[in-house]
Amino acid sequence: MIELIIGKYNYWIYIALMMIGFYAMIAKENLIKKIIGMNIFQTAVILFYISMSKVRGGTAPIEWEHAVRYENPLPHVLMLTAIVVSVSTTAVALALVIRIYKAFGSIEEDKILEMKGDRTGKPPESVL
Amino acid sequence: MISAENLPILVIIIPLISAIITPLVGRIHRSIGWLVALLATSLSFAYSLALIRSVMENGPISYWLGGWEPPWGIEYVVTPFNGFVLCVVSFITIVITLYARKSIEQDVSESKIPFFYSLYLLFFTGLMGIVITGDIFNLYVFIEISALSGYALVAMGRERDALIASYNYLILGTIGASFIVLGIGYLYMVTGTLNMADLSARLPELYDSTTVRSAFAFFMVGLSLKLALFPFHIWLPNVYTHSPSTVSALMAATSTKVSAYVLLRLMFTVYRPEFVLTVVPVTKILLILAALAIIIGSVIALAQTNIKRMLAYSSVGQIGYIILGASIANQTSMTGSLMHIFNHALMKGSLFMVVGAMVYRTGIVNIEDMRGMGKKMPFAMAAFTIGALSMIGFPFTVGFVSKWYLAVGALKADMWYFIPIILLSSLLTAVYFWRIVEAIYFREKSEKLAGLPSEPAEAPFGMTATTLFLSLLCIVFGIAAFIPTKVAAAAAKLLLGG
Repeated sequence: MIELIIGKYNYWIYIALMMIGFYAMIAKENLIKKIIGMNIFQTAVILFYISMSKVRGGTAPIEWEHAVRYENPLPHVLMLTAIVVSVSTTAVALALVIRIYKAFGSIEEDKILEMKGDRTGKPPESVL
Repeated sequence: MISAENLPILVIIIPLISAIITPLVGRIHRSIGWLVALLATSLSFAYSLALIRSVMENGPISYWLGGWEPPWGIEYVVTPFNGFVLCVVSFITIVITLYARKSIEQDVSESKIPFFYSLYLLFFTGLMGIVITGDIFNLYVFIEISALSGYALVAMGRERDALIASYNYLILGTIGASFIVLGIGYLYMVTGTLNMADLSARLPELYDSTTVRSAFAFFMVGLSLKLALFPFHIWLPNVYTHSPSTVSALMAATSTKVSAYVLLRLMFTVYRPEFVLTVVPVTKILLILAALAIIIGSVIALAQTNIKRMLAYSSVGQIGYIILGASIANQTSMTGSLMHIFNHALMKGSLFMVVGAMVYRTGIVNIEDMRGMGKKMPFAMAAFTIGALSMIGFPFTVGFVSKWYLAVGALKADMWYFIPIILLSSLLTAVYFWRIVEAIYFREKSEKLAGLPSEPAEAPFGMTATTLFLSLLCIVFGIAAFIPTKVAAAAAKLLLGG
């Protein structure tokens, strides 16, 4: 039991981070906070991949006389791609929030939902 | 110049590069952007056709990116199954590109048009990439390419509610994609490979491993979100309602179909049929969800007043049909399911295009205001009627063919209780489409329509012609059903491992 908790602590952190992010995405009303939650969620995935490639006492996979065992570089490389994806998603999300703020005058979800479908308010800004 | 063995990569590369050059050449003259988009999608379609012909004659094609041998390098694979989906996606996209020209001029401000086509091509690249790739991480990357450009496309809608729809789609889409990438991670942990063919060879001995099962759970939830399978469908109605007409048609006809393809691909070719049927009987859960989607989608559609929203809920139901056929999982029902991917793309594509034409000419989106529309836009409404008949499953239309296969498949699997569900849903579909068809032809003009000039006014030729073309195909492939059936049956056989 102790081994399961302490020996694999990075996986527990990954689960905790993922749940924090997930909670923020669902429960927070503020659209920016939701994006922060989304980033935490995506970071948790990165931590998971990196944990999986870790080998105790392992070195980077380059030829070296003292190297005994190597870490797997592939998950690291995959996470480079995931970071790019995460950055682009955040950029698109932030751009959307800016336009939502311009069109609705608020980034609180409950206020926006009240205005939704109400066409008497401020006219929508020109597209993009 | 272009040798046959490079076809799989050209299908992807051409739209990708065109997406980059579109905003640049759009600076010279804005209509060039559209021409580039049309050229790129046409070439992609031509190559997809060449690929499927070659696959049907000579067997599956494998393409190694950069010459790296799989499982180390990324592999693109074309089989009858994904060749079929490639052709469907690229074909529908050409038709919608032809349609887009006029429609987008009205929906998107002039200076943004080249950027619109750039995103449009990226979206298309993502979809084609999802279908053709044989590498599971590459699949995730393509899912994100199409999703990211999709969010931006939706946000180009005219109403400000489009922004909220796009934002919610982004949040849910990201959760879905993150679950998929977690699933990939779990699979990589135990197998050490990312190649789908290699995975499916290594997985059977690990079916008892909790890791492999958790990976499967992640895939199912993530893909159900992307697919908008009931009860994960909440993002879909808003997205279809508020995005520009062209984008609604494109997404309804292609993107959920491609997600359905990914689900089938993972369930039946990465995992094997015996895993999803017996080891972890997920098909039993999917059958229930599919049945609920079919019934609830139809019932909610019945209550809608906005025509785009009604079509969106009807899509939720139709996705249920695709999953139903796949979960019954015998040769006949699987053929029906694959046929429905194609058929629903035709029907829903043409219906959304009719709505787009109507919005273009009159600005009407409420069902109430559509009364008397048959005299105003006779051709568009004829297309609507054909589409509606096809959705109901009237004989000699494509809707009938796939529903027939699904029903026969259910009977063969001794699951007769799905037949009343299919019938009930067809009845509900008949109710909610027929009230519109009746209003179009047999009612006095609505106040909104009476305020407009009374002579018939169709949408521009490009829009009307493509809409009619797609709806005529609903009849052509309803009568000449043997052409797609032949391919779909071969694909179904492959999926079920026979």
